[in-house]
Amino acid sequence: MDHSMEQAVEQVHQAADTVVAAAAHAPDLHYAIWLLLFPLIGVVFNGLILRKNIPEKMTGWLGSFMIIASFAVAVKLFFELLKLDPHLRAIDVTFFQWLHVGSLQIDFAFLIDPLSVVMILVVTGISSLIHIYSIGYMHDDPRFRVFFTYMNLFVFFMLLLVLGNSYPVMFIGWEGVGLASYLLIGFWWEDMAKATAGMKAFVVNRIGDFGVLIAMFLMFSHLGTLTFSEVFPAAANAWSNDINNGVVIAIGLMLLLGAAGKSAQFPLYVWLPDAMAGPTPVSALIHAATMVTAGVYMLARSNMFYMLAPTAAYVVAMVGAVTALFAATIGLRQNDIKKVLAYSTVSQLGYMVMACGVYAFGAGIFHLMTHAFFKALLFLGSGAVIHTMHGGLHHINDHHTDPQDIRNMGGLRKKIPITYWTFLLATLAISGIPGFSGFFSKDEILAYSFMNFNSGGSILPYALGLIAAGITAFYMFRLVFLTFFGKYKGPEGSEEGLHESPGTMTIPLIVLAILSVVGGWIGLPAVFGEHLNKFAGWLDPVFHPGFEAVRYHPEHLAVPMEWALIAVAVTVSLIGIILAWNFYMKQKRQAIPDDQQSGFGKVLWQKYYVDEIYDAGVIRPLINTCHFLWKQFDEKVIDGGMVHGTARTVRWGGGVLRTLQGGVVGSYAVMMVIGVIVILLSLYIR
Amino acid sequence: MEMTLGLNHYLILAAIMFCIGMVGVLTRRNILIIFMSVELMLNSANMTFIAFSHYLMNPEGMVFTFFTLTVAAAEVGVGLAIVVTIFRKTESLDIRKLNLLKN
Repeated sequence: MDHSMEQAVEQVHQAADTVVAAAAHAPDLHYAIWLLLFPLIGVVFNGLILRKNIPEKMTGWLGSFMIIASFAVAVKLFFELLKLDPHLRAIDVTFFQWLHVGSLQIDFAFLIDPLSVVMILVVTGISSLIHIYSIGYMHDDPRFRVFFTYMNLFVFFMLLLVLGNSYPVMFIGWEGVGLASYLLIGFWWEDMAKATAGMKAFVVNRIGDFGVLIAMFLMFSHLGTLTFSEVFPAAANAWSNDINNGVVIAIGLMLLLGAAGKSAQFPLYVWLPDAMAGPTPVSALIHAATMVTAGVYMLARSNMFYMLAPTAAYVVAMVGAVTALFAATIGLRQNDIKKVLAYSTVSQLGYMVMACGVYAFGAGIFHLMTHAFFKALLFLGSGAVIHTMHGGLHHINDHHTDPQDIRNMGGLRKKIPITYWTFLLATLAISGIPGFSGFFSKDEILAYSFMNFNSGGSILPYALGLIAAGITAFYMFRLVFLTFFGKYKGPEGSEEGLHESPGTMTIPLIVLAILSVVGGWIGLPAVFGEHLNKFAGWLDPVFHPGFEAVRYHPEHLAVPMEWALIAVAVTVSLIGIILAWNFYMKQKRQAIPDDQQSGFGKVLWQKYYVDEIYDAGVIRPLINTCHFLWKQFDEKVIDGGMVHGTARTVRWGGGVLRTLQGGVVGSYAVMMVIGVIVILLSLYIR
Repeated sequence: MEMTLGLNHYLILAAIMFCIGMVGVLTRRNILIIFMSVELMLNSANMTFIAFSHYLMNPEGMVFTFFTLTVAAAEVGVGLAIVVTIFRKTESLDIRKLNLLKN
């Protein structure tokens, strides 16, 4: 046993050495900085240099072209890595020395490896499409230019997050995307509710950031480094013979706290549904496709810690699975089109986190990618629907009816066919229908969680994930049926104003629809052949050292077993779809009006009262404590006791001392004598 | 029992004189009395000078006493002039009236 462990450590070292040796012969990738510079140029031009009178089209296309240029660099990096030997595909690119304090040596540097390349491709690719879409969607907004500035700023920080080669560099991006998210959620800050939603997101994220900071402190104090290429071998060295050491569990749990904040996991998911207050392209880009996956990226990047701490990994898996199910059930009863998608995002993020907890890091990243395609598409589609509804309501000068409420929609299929078809394809993908991208990634996660159960883990992640899959299929088709089928339920006369969105909006929808359909084919399940899963093979070098450190070689499932799992997953999804069809198409049920909610449905409609529980359990007591401290401590002790007390003491002292200066010569003489006596006494005593 | 007059006797006498003078300064109200008390204290110091000078067989102490007497004479001149001025101003010699330093 010990011998094999030593061998494992040896191998990790050798792997690290080869990487270091390879760095000397690695291609010069310094041009990777342009990934960041392009969005930054967009920020500087749109935000600082260009003035208000510049036409909308110009600022919009400037912002979009900067991201497209970034995407081109990402593609070039991808091909550059592809040319290299798989185990050499990890290149540190140092730009300048940043923090050199004592033994803390942190450079501003990128790590170009398969994982970061996947992330930059997804981020820049999806961002390009959403930027183009925004040109149409944000048309005529008074702060059009500011919007593109913030969007470019977001891309800048997101790329920094995924490219940083150490935890601190990653953390700059981590905080930066939080800022961009805050600015964009509250983009229409004239509405108090929207401004509050932005603040809520920022505050909840801060709790997660605390976890990341603690994790970094722990790493530095125990391993002495924070650079990815050094900290993981050091962790393997320190703990591969000491599985589940308290420190490494703490690191794992603290990183999970960070991921829960950023990736909206239970119990910190509450900010994400509220974040839908931002413009819809923002919801699509930041709160569905990219930023919220940062937590999953960090978990996958930190895979070594979870390999070394199975307990922490189990907690990760359970948090993910519970989130997946919990959010899916809330999605059943939401009536705002964006809220449904928001809860489905939380639920899908739960899958990704669960994947990281059952050591299926590659599957988690795979789902991250396919989810980015179909969820961006769903959100952009919902944006197109809202855009259309807005046009219809505007047509009859109705400014009271909610254009986002699915109870006002229905029958839109014929009015906006492109939106309908792309939305339907994305729904099929998220429901896990075979052949669509979501099927492959979700199936891989479920297969891995079953594999984990097979080799002695818990059945719960698999079971909860499977139930959530069925519920997902149900509520997504409920959404499709209520929005696009049946009779139009909007105010009378508004029907004539419904029109398909402009080309800048529909073309990104079509591109994303193609990706949502075929995007999964790069990761075919093992049943079709051992090496067909190109995606897993591509990411393998990133996760290999972690598996080697603890000699984790789970038994692959037998082919019939895999087929059975696929059959079960597909059956569950189909049951969900059929139930939704039965309720909303055959029986023509409608979404329930607010005043007729009852029973458990009402609990779901009210989102399990989680916001109210937080309000009663956390926010109210906090406010009351603050009020108490303000009234009792601040006003009485600090103000009354210390500030006014000081003044009173000085005044009283002055009153006493004033009598000494009575102006009577005799009393001065007395004091002089007393003084002399005191001096003499002090000399004598000494 | 034989008693010789030693240094200690002189010093004790000087201390007694100094204390009488000090108590006079502190307790009396009349400026002239206070003034006399100050003189008493001054002379007690002169007494110790002379006593030490004799005891140490060093004439410097006596020389010093002459200086003190000279300075004291000048001081008395100034002091009495002040007392006269005060009397003209307040028509009294009571020290309690001298509270102009107040405020």
